[in-house]
Amino acid sequence: MTSGAVLQEEQVKLLGSWYSPFVKRVEWALKFKGIEYEYVEEDLINKSSLLLTSNPVYKKVPVLLHNGNPIAQTLVIIEYIDETWKHNPILPQDPHERAKARFWADFIEVKLTDVVRTALITQGEQQEKAVKEAKEAMEVLEGEAAKLKGERVFFGGNNGIGYVDIVLGLMCGWVEVIEEVGGFKLLDPQKQPHIHKWVANFVELPLIKPTLLPKEKLMIHFQMIRQACLALVARK
Amino acid sequence: MAAISLQTETMAEEVKLFGTWASVFSRRIEVALKLKGVQFEYIEENLSNKSPALLKYNPLHKKIPVLVHNGKPVAESLVILEYIDETWKHNPILPTDPYEKAMARFWAKYMDDKLLPAAIKVAMSKGEEQKGVIEEIQKQLKTLESELKEKKFFGGESLGFVDIAANTIVWLVVAQEALGMEILTEEKFPVLHGWYQRLVDDAVFKECMPPREQHLSFVKVRFGSSTPSK
Repeated sequence: MTSGAVLQEEQVKLLGSWYSPFVKRVEWALKFKGIEYEYVEEDLINKSSLLLTSNPVYKKVPVLLHNGNPIAQTLVIIEYIDETWKHNPILPQDPHERAKARFWADFIEVKLTDVVRTALITQGEQQEKAVKEAKEAMEVLEGEAAKLKGERVFFGGNNGIGYVDIVLGLMCGWVEVIEEVGGFKLLDPQKQPHIHKWVANFVELPLIKPTLLPKEKLMIHFQMIRQACLALVARK
Repeated sequence: MAAISLQTETMAEEVKLFGTWASVFSRRIEVALKLKGVQFEYIEENLSNKSPALLKYNPLHKKIPVLVHNGKPVAESLVILEYIDETWKHNPILPTDPYEKAMARFWAKYMDDKLLPAAIKVAMSKGEEQKGVIEEIQKQLKTLESELKEKKFFGGESLGFVDIAANTIVWLVVAQEALGMEILTEEKFPVLHGWYQRLVDDAVFKECMPPREQHLSFVKVRFGSSTPSK
């Protein structure tokens, strides 16, 4: 994997938080392309002026800065990376395959990621509803994972990972931690053998393995998030 | 135009669009196809009695719009717009520069993640709650104004990806008239109002708008029990 970044005076900066699966996705995309970048850990309680000027609309991470130009929104960033550094493509080339990849990325974001986040920060009926929706999404993804056969272990083409794999990566560690913190069950190797297999393969990749975070550290952090959100609701 | 029809004939392309007449999403696809001069068959769906074809082409969400190109389906309006732009490369909807493209995608997502949910909420709420949502929408419209600046359209000289996704604003204006709300006014938003006028006057966009009287009635019937707030 040659790094295109070395040829020019490229400056690539990623504003992130260590615990965020969204930021991790962008890191995976950058590493997949072999792009050198500077990582800046953001304090989301005391947001830096750089973060606030780079993402004034949402004031969130991840934000990618390429030669000073900011890009926000995880999926927008990943597509930008893919189109700017054209080697090792993340998305397929064929328009219909690209549309399918984007469809599934959107599905994972809206039907799984968002509802898992809701399940983390709610309780009672609200949480039950979110967990039910997440389970439905998992069933669908299990169906898609079951279609991977033979040599094809990832959703990306050519025996490698691609867009959908990068987006689905939150299954690796984060969901497990959120389940425990939130007090619900979503992952079941018996019910989701193919997703289970996908995760097992994904976490062993030399690109991915070193980036995964210790469970205990994530647990403490997500515990804090849950407690803070529930306390906020209780005060209203 | 003649050269394009010739191309579609020789390739025997079959393009179908499943939509509904008042859907902000399926109307986006009509605009894109017409901007590219792509011949297509339009199928009006009855959402309380979905056709077997729709269920076959979008089994997961069972929603419109669905574009079917030579038998292959594509769903989700922004995904479909990108597909159209990548398949029929003339009259591009998205910029070619990766950074400009990223900005276009960001703002199109903003329309769907922020503006659209707020627009639905404002139609469904009453009294104080509605006032709060109106304020929220007006903040969003201010943000959009500062993004638009001096440009004729978000896409520059001609309609682009963001303008098509921003058709939500047209639906918002219909809702404000139908339900007696004041959200986007020329007074408060001179820049955005100018853009809005150019959008609805555009030859292609105009053709793809739901007939106004029918649209107003539709909104009144669907959301009409809210009390107007000024």
